[in-house]
Amino acid sequence: MELKLTLNGRPVTDHIDPGLLLIDFLRNHGCYSVKRGCETSGCGLCTVLMDGRPILSCSMLAARAAGHSIHTLEGLQEEAADFAGFIADQGADQCGFCNPGFVMNTIALLRENPDPTDDEIRMFLAGNLCRCSGYDGQLRGIRNYLESRRNQNRA
Amino acid sequence: MEQKEYKSINKPIRKKDAMQLLLGKPVYTDDITPGNALVVKLLRSPHANAIVQEINTSTAMKVPGVAAVYTWEDVPKTRFAIAGQTYPEPSPYDRLILDRHVRFVGDPVAIIAAETEKAALRAMKLIKVKYQVLEPVLDFRKAKDNPILVHPEEDWFPPCQVGGDPKRNLVASEVNGDGDVEAVLSDCDIVLDRTYHTKAFNQAMMETFRTYTELDRYGRLHVISSTQIVFHCRRILSRALGIPKSRIRVEKPRIGGGFGAKQTAVCEVYPAFVTLKTGRPAKIIYTREESQIAGSPRHEMEIRIRLGASRDGHIRCIDLYTLSNTGAYGEHGPTTVGLSGHKAIPLYTGGLEAYRFSYDVVYTNLQASGAYRGYGATQGIYALETIVNELAEQLDMDPTVIRDKNMVKEGMEMPSYYNETANACALDRCMEHCRQMFHWDEKYPVRDMGNGKVRTAGVDMAMQGSCISHVDVGSATIKLSEDGTYNLIIGAADMGTGCDTILAQMAAECLDCSVDDIAVFGADTDASPYDSGSYASSTTYITGKAVEKACAELKEKICSIAAEMLNCNASEMVFEGRQVRRIGTEETVSLEDIGYKSQVFNTQAAEATASHSSPVSPPPYMVGMVEIELDKETGLVTILDYMAVVDCGIPINPALARIQTEGGIVQGIGHTLMEDVRYDHNGKPIGSSFMQYKIPTRLDMGKLHVEFEHSYEPTGPFGAKSIGEIVINTPAPALTHAIYRATGVWHRELPITPEKIALSLTEKKQKTS
Amino acid sequence: MINIQNYVQAESLEEAYQLNQKRSGRIIGGMLWMKMARNTIGTAIDLCRLGLDAIEETEEEFSIGAMATLRQLETHPGLNAYTCGAAARAVQDIIGVQFRNMATVGGSIWGRFGFSDVLTLFLAMDTYVELYKGGIIPLETFASMKQDNDILVRILVKKKPGIFVYQAMRMQRTDFPILTCALSQVEGAYRAVIGARPARAMVIRDKQGLLKGGITEDSARAFAAYAAESAPTDSNVRGSAAYRTHLINVLARRSALELGGMNTWN
Repeated sequence: MELKLTLNGRPVTDHIDPGLLLIDFLRNHGCYSVKRGCETSGCGLCTVLMDGRPILSCSMLAARAAGHSIHTLEGLQEEAADFAGFIADQGADQCGFCNPGFVMNTIALLRENPDPTDDEIRMFLAGNLCRCSGYDGQLRGIRNYLESRRNQNRA
Repeated sequence: MEQKEYKSINKPIRKKDAMQLLLGKPVYTDDITPGNALVVKLLRSPHANAIVQEINTSTAMKVPGVAAVYTWEDVPKTRFAIAGQTYPEPSPYDRLILDRHVRFVGDPVAIIAAETEKAALRAMKLIKVKYQVLEPVLDFRKAKDNPILVHPEEDWFPPCQVGGDPKRNLVASEVNGDGDVEAVLSDCDIVLDRTYHTKAFNQAMMETFRTYTELDRYGRLHVISSTQIVFHCRRILSRALGIPKSRIRVEKPRIGGGFGAKQTAVCEVYPAFVTLKTGRPAKIIYTREESQIAGSPRHEMEIRIRLGASRDGHIRCIDLYTLSNTGAYGEHGPTTVGLSGHKAIPLYTGGLEAYRFSYDVVYTNLQASGAYRGYGATQGIYALETIVNELAEQLDMDPTVIRDKNMVKEGMEMPSYYNETANACALDRCMEHCRQMFHWDEKYPVRDMGNGKVRTAGVDMAMQGSCISHVDVGSATIKLSEDGTYNLIIGAADMGTGCDTILAQMAAECLDCSVDDIAVFGADTDASPYDSGSYASSTTYITGKAVEKACAELKEKICSIAAEMLNCNASEMVFEGRQVRRIGTEETVSLEDIGYKSQVFNTQAAEATASHSSPVSPPPYMVGMVEIELDKETGLVTILDYMAVVDCGIPINPALARIQTEGGIVQGIGHTLMEDVRYDHNGKPIGSSFMQYKIPTRLDMGKLHVEFEHSYEPTGPFGAKSIGEIVINTPAPALTHAIYRATGVWHRELPITPEKIALSLTEKKQKTS
Repeated sequence: MINIQNYVQAESLEEAYQLNQKRSGRIIGGMLWMKMARNTIGTAIDLCRLGLDAIEETEEEFSIGAMATLRQLETHPGLNAYTCGAAARAVQDIIGVQFRNMATVGGSIWGRFGFSDVLTLFLAMDTYVELYKGGIIPLETFASMKQDNDILVRILVKKKPGIFVYQAMRMQRTDFPILTCALSQVEGAYRAVIGARPARAMVIRDKQGLLKGGITEDSARAFAAYAAESAPTDSNVRGSAAYRTHLINVLARRSALELGGMNTWN
């Protein structure tokens, strides 16, 4: 079947199998940041934004994205780089395999709630598993980013 | 204690690959290899123990897009082991690529290669197999000398003598010790005799096992794999496939986590076999389910300890016996078990008069175990630290004080640790530091919070090693470029831990340049100097020292080239980072000029390769304290604070050392409270997905506090010891202790779930009423 | 790996209904559960174009479209004001935000899954389901019906004055619950809903009037014991029957005390 959608701001048309999952469609279109971690909708590695909302691309038919706007990390490099450096400064990137999903969901969090508390960060990101970092470094990174942004706004 | 001011060492420098990873660049196996490779899938046995009587692949072969289907009849008949260990491996050669005898639910029966995943899966359904189903051995306590044999085959081969006997389901067996255990025990005021049971746990790294293979432009087998062990992997493939090592190249791109899982060549042999047979590129990507049921989890162990002490809390004798379950194949079985004694007992070197450590490692018809961060020490420390806490509670002594009295201290010789001396040991300072920072005296008492909830704390200590002494080899090549920057080439595998970066920090320190001036490459058997690989906590300690040596050699060569340029003797030259100076003169040559000179009419390579190995394996040490809130009605344990103080010598990169520690602690929390590799009564795995096998989320771990106490290890690079593994060892005993404090019940089996806690309290209430 | 031969975004409920009468037709909700199936689906029928993705609030009721997501339940101010926050509490530990952005209320209710927090929550209220052919029926009736080929269109919640409490026990924070418990007092009548027994949630009304005389430590305990006697439990990988029965006693008592304003646990 034919599929038309907007991928990272660009219109894309493709012929797809009706059962194709969005994650596979995205990887076929060069969005290698999108990772598969569990196959049971529970790890958050495949997080992308559909019309700005974070979703699991492993659990969405590509066909369902017809007419919608999909953003992967490939399309949000600048917004991600803004705070990713703070995660890097903690060394919390570690193996990196969960990073794209984590970064995408953090972008969603910060768009929805620009100044979240620690508990709000933990709750919003609870669906993003990480086996390396122990999570605290990710939290410190986000906190430092928020702090630096606050300082910038003050200045 | 020696502590120099460094430019690059002991600095929290960003990982070299950090921004690539955080911005989602294509750097992993499946991102960088072609999508049109043959998809390799494995048909797996539904039975725990069976013989393939008949297998018919003709219908499967007819599925459009299927390129090949292989069965046991098609593969070489040479047995091999897939453990990533130095030759001769302690692990027995007990595998074939496909065996007619399948030994656990998930053991491969057929290899399918097809153009698409869909075709491969359709073909898989169409393979007809007739099994002769045999009774399995599922209980590891009944495996030894069981009439049912997991490995009855005649060609079972042990490259090392480790006390194994397949006719008794034994992979390894040993007794060792020091002093007269029975005599000391009979003289002790108090003897505790306890048995502890720890389960198999999955590494659950986010990137599952995966390998891509192709024939390169020379017709050699080119393997791109998510592996910690490129050189061992090449040797394993060479034996399994029957081709010389010169025909194989193994490289690893970025690795999406390993934790030891990828210290075993779990999946490499299947696509490699397909590529050799078909000549075509092939790729295997394990599903999460496959990673869960046919990976290489931690060894389940049952550990019995008899601990003898005096009334005043002096620990005089430890008698420790471990029964380890290696599962269907023997990978890492003979070696993991050793750590359950040798990397636990030395903690109590203080006043120990005698010890005995004995073990049996048995086969069962369950998923084969492997290497997992901590590698047996985790299990042994859980048991030993728990029995010491039991002793403290029984003697009504502060459990931190009982450790003060008995712990190993700097300068002590450790009989249970191959008579090595603790040259760098800050364990006593770790304890004091942790006690102060954690406010132990306030948190240890049980406090009733109302609503059925109580708060209290638990404590323990841990150790590990910093390589396999007399075995591990690390190497580094360092090359000068013409602009005065360097290439550092290693065979160790950065699996997210940051070893590329910390080795570059060491090189930068040696060469007096910026870390940015060191480009790192690893690991590739064609390009890297030999390295055993990244495991056994060896990379910082062993490969780091190789980096130091290589840099020293390179500096000499640079001086020599510069001397030639100035027509003087190399001994007159001194290396000053960006330039080389002729002593006592103003004559200098810039590094750039030396770099360019090295490319013109030059006979001295501007590069150096060095190897390192160590006769000792200096232990890092650690103290962990945890404060919990326990809901006595639901049994729920909420972690409030986790405080850890680690002595890893001098941390090369404190930020990365801290993250290692935090990550290890959270994994350990998972093992203690929720994780469990389970099977039903037929040996079928239950926790085959992340829906059933739960790992901690960021809501399950409480607040972490990590600090370091420095010691200086004279044999390590810049005084460093290891950090990667020890960090997983403290949660189980500390939490077990805190749960006892809160409930009055010792749980001697992991994981300790809310159900076990709640029902044990109901039981206790019934008994007392 | 799921195999889907056709995918249709239905233009009308009638079209969806007709497609769903074939054995190979399947209505897709959030698809989180369905995608793990290894069978073949002839036609996947998507209701996404039928405007069923909103939560509408009037003086009398909430009308929740079948395609509204769990995240909408979690963040809807009116619904959370009415349920004293129980709606958010019931769903906020389900996997993660991304999951809840996809999982639909219709899918959760239609599946009548034993582990369902959503079913537990709605059974505590005066809730009805609107079926395309079957009309409007009480959720409790629907919950005990077998799955057929009708289509779930909306969930309707009557805004009768009430108080609601939601509690659940999970071994890991975002796991399936070991037990769910919702307690409500609607127009003076108390009911407990116990789910993940592991069988599907069931309603236990305070027929004996244990709480009628007011909520006290004793009456809460007695009502919890009554609930534990009334709700059969069983064992599965997440917990034993004995532990679940134990948990009913704990969670129902705590819920009652919380409902009575005597204590909070969330």
